[in-house]
Amino acid sequence: MTHATEPDKSRQGRPAGGPSMAGTVLPLAGLALLALVPLGAPGMQLLVNLALAKGLAVAGVSVLLRAGQVSFGHALYFAVAAYAGAFLMTALPGADLALVLLAGLLGAVVAGVCVGLFVVRYRGIFFGMLNLAFSMIFWSFLEKFYHITGGADGIRLPRPAVLGMDLDRASFELVLFYLTLTLVLGLGWATIRWLASPAGQIFQTLKTNETRLEYLGVSPRRALLWGYLVSAALCGIGGALMGVTQGVVTPEYAWWIRSGEMVFIAVLGGAGSVRGAFVGALIYELVRTYASAYAGDVWQMLLGGFLLVIILFAPRGVIGMIETLAHRGEARK
Amino acid sequence: MTPTLFLLALFDGIAYAALVFIVALGLTLIFGVMRILNIAHGSLYAIGAYATVSLSGWALAMGLAPILAFPLMLVSAVLVGLLLGGPIEWLLLRRIYDKPEVLQLLVTFAVFMILEDVQRLVWGTRPYFEATALQALGNVTVLGVTYTVYQLILLPAVAAALLLGMRFFLRHTIIGKLILATTEDREAAQSIGIDADKVFLFTFIVGAALAGLGGALASPTTSILPGMGADMIVLSFAVVATAGLGQIEGAALCALMIGLGRSFAVYVWPEAATLVPYAIMVAVLSVRPQGLFGSSSARKI
Repeated sequence: MTHATEPDKSRQGRPAGGPSMAGTVLPLAGLALLALVPLGAPGMQLLVNLALAKGLAVAGVSVLLRAGQVSFGHALYFAVAAYAGAFLMTALPGADLALVLLAGLLGAVVAGVCVGLFVVRYRGIFFGMLNLAFSMIFWSFLEKFYHITGGADGIRLPRPAVLGMDLDRASFELVLFYLTLTLVLGLGWATIRWLASPAGQIFQTLKTNETRLEYLGVSPRRALLWGYLVSAALCGIGGALMGVTQGVVTPEYAWWIRSGEMVFIAVLGGAGSVRGAFVGALIYELVRTYASAYAGDVWQMLLGGFLLVIILFAPRGVIGMIETLAHRGEARK
Repeated sequence: MTPTLFLLALFDGIAYAALVFIVALGLTLIFGVMRILNIAHGSLYAIGAYATVSLSGWALAMGLAPILAFPLMLVSAVLVGLLLGGPIEWLLLRRIYDKPEVLQLLVTFAVFMILEDVQRLVWGTRPYFEATALQALGNVTVLGVTYTVYQLILLPAVAAALLLGMRFFLRHTIIGKLILATTEDREAAQSIGIDADKVFLFTFIVGAALAGLGGALASPTTSILPGMGADMIVLSFAVVATAGLGQIEGAALCALMIGLGRSFAVYVWPEAATLVPYAIMVAVLSVRPQGLFGSSSARKI
């Protein structure tokens, strides 16, 4: 009796048609505002770029939260994609940016299929911890197999060409920024559409009633595998973008602290919200950049404490607060 | 592989398995009773190790006998259980027993993040090495291989004593029976007057103390540095999952399997040594998803 899980009320009864204030207008306005960053605040450009790349990965973690599953190892896909991009650049110097991203995506999806086929047999604790175990395996592979992966120093990821052109640093970063922004818009929209589609709805039923899915003749494992691949792909693109932006990939990309950070941001933004993932990532990176100078030693402690506060007192995260405010505003009109 | 190397790998594996088992015992006990996977368990292990180093360093500086390092290990374990385990259960976990599993995982993960920084604040990032206890017991030569008494005899003896002691405690003492009853059916246990809150608190303190004891016993054999908690939680989870969550005797066997697998890999293919425990886990779980000794639970519809 005490263990009955409450149905997640926040996800039900969302208006199906028509642009809502919180759902469409605000995110678009936010993206438009971000597009002005290179013009208005060039100092923030790199920060926003990294935050958005991380946001894509966080969106991947959020997708899994929709099915009631938490992965403590999604940095795996982040790292696999970044290393795939770096290996490609080493093998084909001067390769195109699109090719690097594709290599990252491919790497993440292949890794997602291999690990996914195994982990979709599990839920809850096992799902989370097995993902963690796989990411630790990959991390020690990156650290120990020095001759392949460059060990703890990682591999340099030289600047790729863009559509056959070799750009200088400033214009490359500008291209990368707008590319990231476009990807956030496109992939964010696609993910939201996928979650709303029949396949996405079936995927989310894993959280509420998996047995009912089986009665319908749907394989829950296959549904989870599809969602898992979507999340791995999002993490992969985020990781590849991050690698290209930073110009170097290190084993730290796969370290559990990365995975934990992604879970943290996903919960901060609003557990299971795709828009929240990006809002969360922006807030997180901004705060971290300015706060770590003062609180570098206790940064993880602050994160942990904050995570507890959100879980216990504001389980719908930042996006939940925004939605509540927006609904209040609409009701007043 | 020469016979000497074989024996060395065997002894390494046994000593390592004993340590991992002690930590995994706490993890699986807490899970078995409370249905919570305590990710912060790894931090408790690390803090047990740090506390032992600090306490025995202080004792040595006071000019006390090196043999006192052993009671101090117990003291650190009890301190970890009471000062960290107690408040964690009492202040945090008690609020989330009726929440979904994912939230419970997130809460213990948050505690883990906090405790990792606490270690760094208190003990810094410098590695510690304190082998007084190891040296105090001297060496023993078995079939031409010289090994420390501490690792070859004391650690396995402690692990075996804990295994048997835990069996006896759970099956033949009143408190143990109360714990088993609460595990079986919490509401029924409460309805006949068992204070389930107290049982949970007690279990968590014992489990946390076991993590601390594992760290305390590990401290003379390894250098103590940040990150050891993260490695240990993943490793002890691998042991516990391979055995089946909540299976105490199974955890002992799997600890031995994983410990030996890892130590032989160190001599045969060192780069892959850290991968072996996970390879064993994945291999077992692909054949038996519920673990070697776990029984598949009946589904509620």
